[in-house]
Amino acid sequence: MDQRNFTYMFYGFAAAWLILALYVVSLVARGRKLSEQVETLKRTIKQEKA
Amino acid sequence: MSDKILLTVGLASAAFLVRNLYQMFMVLPDEAAQGAIYRIMYFHIPSWFSCFTCFFASGLASGYAIWKKNFRGDSLAVAATEVGLAFTAIGLATGMIWAKIIWGIWWTWDARLTWAFITALIYAGYLMMRSMIDDPGERMRVTGVLSIFAFTSVVITYKAIDWWRTQHPGAILSFRTGGGNTDPAMEAMIYQNWFALLLLTVVLVAVRFRMEESRREIEGLRRAVYAG
Repeated sequence: MDQRNFTYMFYGFAAAWLILALYVVSLVARGRKLSEQVETLKRTIKQEKA
Repeated sequence: MSDKILLTVGLASAAFLVRNLYQMFMVLPDEAAQGAIYRIMYFHIPSWFSCFTCFFASGLASGYAIWKKNFRGDSLAVAATEVGLAFTAIGLATGMIWAKIIWGIWWTWDARLTWAFITALIYAGYLMMRSMIDDPGERMRVTGVLSIFAFTSVVITYKAIDWWRTQHPGAILSFRTGGGNTDPAMEAMIYQNWFALLLLTVVLVAVRFRMEESRREIEGLRRAVYAG
C-alpha cells in the first residue's frame, strides 16, 4: 500500500470509529438511565395504589 | 422490531464493515495523486449519504406524525435525526482530516462546507428545541414542521457543488457524472460501505426509537404520579 499520508488516513478512520463508539456508549448509558426511571416510577405508582 | 432481528441486522452490518475494511486496505488499488488518505472517502461519502437518508426519514416520519397525530412517528423522527447527526459529525470530521492533507487547511467557508455546517446546526437545534417544549403534542407539531423544512438545507448541501464554485471537489460518482471520474471498483466500495452503514443505521435508529418510547412512557407515568 502507498504509505503517503498514511498517518492522516489513520486519523480519519479513528475519528469515524471513535464518534460511532461514543454515540453507542451514550445510547447505552441513556437507555439504562431511562429503564431505571421507568422502574422507579412504576414502583412509586404501585406503592401509592397500595 | 424484535431483538432477534436487530441482532441479526447488527451482526450483518459488522460482517459487512469488516469485509469492507479488508477490501479497502488489502484489495483495492491506491489512488495515484492522494496516496493512502483517499481511503477516507470510503467513510466520508457513505456517512453523508447515511445522514441524508436519516434526515429524509425524519422529515417523512414528522409529516406522518403531524398528519395522523401519531407519537410513534414523532419518536422515529427524533431517533433518525439524532443518528443522522452522529453521521454528520463523522462526515465533517473525516472531511476535515482529508482536507488538511489535500488542501493544506482543516476548513474553508465554501458553499458546500458552510451548508453542511448549517445543516448540522439546524438538526442540532431540532434536538435542543425538543427539550424546551413540555407539551408532547405541541413538541410533535413544532419540531415536526422544523424537521420537514430543515430538509431544504440537506438538498442545498447536496446541490452546492453544482450551484456554486466550491473548494470542495465536484461530483465523482457515475450516477451524477455519467462515469469516467472514479474507478468502478472504488465507486462500488463507496456503495458497499454505505450499505453496511445503513444496516448499522437501522440498528441505531431502532435502539434510539425504543429510548424515545420509554421517555414518552416516563412522561405518562409522571403525569399519573402527579395526578394521583
